Amino acid sequence: MEHIVIIGNGISGVTAARHIRKQADSSQKKITLISAEADYFFSRTALMYVYMGHMRWWDIEPYEKYFWEKNDFNLKNGYVENVDTAAKTLHFAEGDTLSYDTLIIASGSTTATFGWKGLELEGVQGLVTKQDLEALEKNAPNKQECPKAVIIGGGLIGVELAEMLRTRDIDVTFLVRENAFWTSALPKFEAELLSQHIESHHVDLRHNTELDEILGDENGRVRGVKITTGETLECNLVCIATGVKPAISFLQNSKIETDKGVLVNRKLETNIQNVYAIGDCAQQREPIGNRPPVEAVWYTGRMMGETVAQTICGTPWEYNPGPWFNSAKFFDIEYQTYGWVQPARRRKDFENQFHWKSADEKQFVTIAYHTESRKFLGINTFGIRMKHKTFDMWLREERDVDYVVKHLKHANFDPEFYRRFEKEIQKEFYKNEKNVII
Amino acid sequence: MSLTGEPPKTINTQQKVATAIGLIGLAILLVSLFNVELPNKTLWLWLSLGSIAVGTIWFSAAAYLPKHEGIKNDGVYFKSLSSRGFWAWVLGILLTLFYVALYWFPQYLGLVQDGDNRGIISLFDPLSYLINGGPASQWFVYGTLYTLAILAFGLKFIWKYRHNKYEIIRTISVMFFQLAFAFLIPEFLVRLNLPYYDLKNVWPLNYELFAGYKINEFLSAGDIGLIMLIFGVLSILVITPLLTYFYGKRWYCSWVCGCGGLAETAGDPFRHLSDKRMSAWKVERWVVHSVVVFVVVMTTAVVFDYLRNNESTNISEWSQLENKSVVFSELEGKPLHDKIIAAQKAGATQVFYLNEDASTPPPTLENREGITIPFETISALENEVAIERAKNGQSATFLIDSPATDRITIENGTETVFYDDTWVTKEQFVWGVIILLTLVFGWVMLFRREQLAKDAKYGAIGYFVIVIGILLFTYFSSPGKLFFFEAYKLRQWYGFLIGAMFSGVIGVGFYPIFGSRVWCRFGCPMAAILGFQQRLFSRFRITTNGGQCISCGNCSTYCEMGIDVKAYAQKGENIVRSSCVGCGICSAVCPRGVLKLENGPREGRIEGNDVLLGNDVDLMSYVNKR
Repeated sequence: MEHIVIIGNGISGVTAARHIRKQADSSQKKITLISAEADYFFSRTALMYVYMGHMRWWDIEPYEKYFWEKNDFNLKNGYVENVDTAAKTLHFAEGDTLSYDTLIIASGSTTATFGWKGLELEGVQGLVTKQDLEALEKNAPNKQECPKAVIIGGGLIGVELAEMLRTRDIDVTFLVRENAFWTSALPKFEAELLSQHIESHHVDLRHNTELDEILGDENGRVRGVKITTGETLECNLVCIATGVKPAISFLQNSKIETDKGVLVNRKLETNIQNVYAIGDCAQQREPIGNRPPVEAVWYTGRMMGETVAQTICGTPWEYNPGPWFNSAKFFDIEYQTYGWVQPARRRKDFENQFHWKSADEKQFVTIAYHTESRKFLGINTFGIRMKHKTFDMWLREERDVDYVVKHLKHANFDPEFYRRFEKEIQKEFYKNEKNVII
Repeated sequence: MSLTGEPPKTINTQQKVATAIGLIGLAILLVSLFNVELPNKTLWLWLSLGSIAVGTIWFSAAAYLPKHEGIKNDGVYFKSLSSRGFWAWVLGILLTLFYVALYWFPQYLGLVQDGDNRGIISLFDPLSYLINGGPASQWFVYGTLYTLAILAFGLKFIWKYRHNKYEIIRTISVMFFQLAFAFLIPEFLVRLNLPYYDLKNVWPLNYELFAGYKINEFLSAGDIGLIMLIFGVLSILVITPLLTYFYGKRWYCSWVCGCGGLAETAGDPFRHLSDKRMSAWKVERWVVHSVVVFVVVMTTAVVFDYLRNNESTNISEWSQLENKSVVFSELEGKPLHDKIIAAQKAGATQVFYLNEDASTPPPTLENREGITIPFETISALENEVAIERAKNGQSATFLIDSPATDRITIENGTETVFYDDTWVTKEQFVWGVIILLTLVFGWVMLFRREQLAKDAKYGAIGYFVIVIGILLFTYFSSPGKLFFFEAYKLRQWYGFLIGAMFSGVIGVGFYPIFGSRVWCRFGCPMAAILGFQQRLFSRFRITTNGGQCISCGNCSTYCEMGIDVKAYAQKGENIVRSSCVGCGICSAVCPRGVLKLENGPREGRIEGNDVLLGNDVDLMSYVNKR
C-alpha cells in the first residue's frame, strides 16, 4: 500500500488529501498529514475573527472531528526537521522518523522580514500562524496592557491587524512605505480611497514611512520603533506585516531544489521523483501568465491540491489556473477582483483604466481594458459584489470592455434590494469614452 | 487554545443612562407584580412601557449610530450575555420563570377569573379596555410585551444592519405583521364581537385553529366567520405552498411569523449559539418531523371528533337520542321518512326539519306510516333566536308551518340535537386527509425520490404508514378516540408539550443558551412543512460565488438555524436546506461576497462541485462529471 505523506495541514495539503481519498480508499493509499502548528485544519484567513471575538477557535475549523476518521486521514503533530529523499524518510525535531512513498510538501508561508534590528524582542510578531494569534493575545490582550501598537507594511495582513487591534481600542500606527494603502496591488485611485477609510477607523496611517529599527528595553521587550525620518514612536507591540515567504527552512539540507520556494514544474513535481510541492511554499519554474511564481493565496493552494491529487492518482495533470480572481475586506469595505487590474508599477502602456466612485465613496470600481483592441482585462470592485461565474466566462471568452460595461448588471451579486449602480457606471464610462457608439 | 479575549468595556455613558431608563420601566412592572397599588394605572403603564422602549432604543442608537455601517460582531464571544456566561444564565432563568408563570400560574401575575385583576395584569387593564373593550388577561400582557420587544429590538436590528437593505426591509415587515396582524387586528376583532384571529398565524403553528371551540366560534360569527375559517384552510393548503414555491419559506419564517419576528429582533444577539454539529442536524430532522406527525394526527382527531354525528344520514337507532329533540336540514342520503323513523327508534321525542332557504318550499312528508312522534317543518329565517336558544339548551319557542298550531315550545333543559349538515361528513374528512397525505407522499416518492437521503426515505415511509394507520384506526374504532386518548386530551397534551413547553419555555426562555431559533428549528411543525416545500418544491436557494470562499466560518457561526453554510459554500454548492429561514445574515457576514439569497429557475438549483470554479476548465469538467 502506498503511503502518501503530506507536510502541512492547511488548505493545500487537506485539499490534496481529500481529492486523493475520493479516488483511492484506505486499502489503496494510506494518507498522513503532518503539522507542528495545529491538530486540525483551520482557516488561516479567519485568524483575525477569533481575536475580534466573532468566532471561537473551533468555529474556524472547516471540518468536524468525525471528518478525519471518516476519511481515514492519519494526523501527526510534529515538526519535520529534515527530509531524506534517498531513504524516503522524514526526520522529526521530536526525534522520530516516518517513511513515505510519495511526499507532498504543503508547508505554507511564514512572515517575511527584512533584517531590521530588534526583531527578536518580545512584543514583535507577525500574523500568519496559530502561534502568532496566541502571541498576539498575550502581547495585546487589552488597551491597558498594550496601549499602543505599530504595524509595519501596507498590505492585507497589515490592515487586518489594524482592524483587530482597533476592536480592543488599542492605538494603532500603521506604517506604509508607499503614498497610499496597498499600491503594490491596487491603482492609486483605489488605494487613496482605502487610505481614507482606514483613517476613518481612527488608525494613525503614515504614508511614505518605513521602519528603521525596533527599540527594546532592558528586559528585552519592545518599547518603540525608529522610523526612517528619525522619529521615534513609543509602542508596546510591533506587528510585521511586510508579506510572507515560503516556510521551507527544513529543506535546507535536503536534495530538494529550492529558490524562494520549492521549485516545481507545471505538474507540481519537484526535482526529486515522487516529491511534490503545492500551495504557498511552491515556486513555479516558469511563471504562469501574469501570476507571480510564488502565489500565497488561499484558493491557489486549493487548486494546486486539486491538481496534484490527479497526478498522484495516475492521471498526470498540469497546474493550469483559470483567470485570476481574488477578494478581501478592508474594515467595512469588501473588495473583489477578476482578471488583471495592474497597479502603477506593473501597468503597461496598452492598459487603460476607467475609474468610478459613488457619491458617498462607499462603492468604487476600476475597469481595465486594452486601449487599442478594447479587450476587457479586469475589474476591481469595492463595496459591490460581483459574480465570479460571469466574469470567469467573460474573461475566457475575451469579451471587449464595451460588452462588459453594457452587461454589467448580469454580473451583480449584491443581496436583494441593494441599490444598483450599473447605470451610473455606464453613464460615466460613456462620458469618458466619446468614441464609443452606444 | 483558549483565547480569553478582553475587549474594551463597550458600554458608553449614553448607554448607561439608557440602561437605567429601561430598568426603571422594568422596575415598574416588577413593583406591580407584587401588588403594590399604583394610583393612576394608565400613567404608570405608559411610563413603564415608554421607559422600556426609550431605554432599548436609546441604548441601540448609542451602540450603533456613532460607528461605521457594517458588521457589528466585535466581542460577541467575549461578552457574558452572548457567550453563555453568567448574565446569559440569569436572563435565561428569568425568562423561563416568566413563561412558567404565564402558562401555568397566571394567578401569580395577577389574573383573576371572576373579578378585578390584580398585579401586573391589572396594570395592563387600561390598555386592554382601550383596544378590545375588556379587561386584560395574561395573554394580553404577554402580547403587549412581545410586540414591544419586536418593535424596540427591531429598530436595534435595523440600526445594526443599516448597510443592508434586505435586512432593513425584512425587519420592517416582521415589525408590521407583529403590530398589526398579531396584536391589534385580533383585539379589534374581539371588540367587534368577531372571533379572535391572527390571520398570519397559520395552522399547524396555530394548532388550535381547527379545535371544536374555534370552529364553533367561526361558524357562529356568520359570513365573516366562515370566510375566516375558509381562509385558515386555504392558508395552509394553497397560499403557503404558492408563496413558498416563489420565495422559499423565508416569506413566512423571517418576514411574517411572530416567533421568527422575536428571534430575529430580540433574539439576534444569541443567533450564533445554535448548534452546528452534524449530530444536531440529525436530531433536528427527527424531532421536528415527529412534531408534524403529532400535530397532523391531533388535528385530524379533533376535527373528526367535532364532526361526529353531525350528518343526518347517520341517524340510526343507536344514536342515543332518548328524550331529545332532533333538528336537521339536509335531505341528501336517506329519505326523510327513514330519518324520522331512525330518530324515533333512537328515542327522540320530536323531529324538526329546518328549512334554511326561504325561496324553496320545504319537503312534505307524504307518508306518516310508523311515525308516532311529532314532525314539523320550521323556517330558519323566522326562528333565528329560538334556534340559538335551543342550541344552548334553553327553552325555545319555534314558529311552525302547520295547520293545527302555530308554535311549539321546547322546555328548558331539554337537549336538542342539531344535524346542521353544513359540513363535510366524517367519512369525507378522514378520507380527504388520507388522500391528501397519500398524494403528497406518492408525489415525493415518484418525482423527488433521488433528492431524499436513505434515512429520510425510511423516515418518510415509516411516518406515512404510522399516520395512515392511526387515521384508519381512528376511523374504524370508537369515534373520536385515538388509541386510548380522547381527541381533546390529545390536543391538551399537544398544547402542554409543544405549545407551551417547547415553543415558550425552551424556545424563548433558553434564547441565551441554545440560541434564538431552537423552537423554529427543532419544534415548529409549520417550519417543517414549509421546509419540506422549500427543499423539494421551491425556486429559492442561496447561491454561492464560484471559488471565492475561504472557509472562514462566519456564515455557519451566525446561522441561527445551525446550518453549516460553509460546508456547502466551500464546495461551490448552493444551499438548499429545508431549515433555512432566509434571514440573510450568512450573506451579510461573509467577508468575501460568496453568498446570495435568490429566487430562480429550479434547473441546476442543487449542484456541488468537487473542483471549484477558477481552476483549469478541463480539470473541473473531468473531476466534476466523473
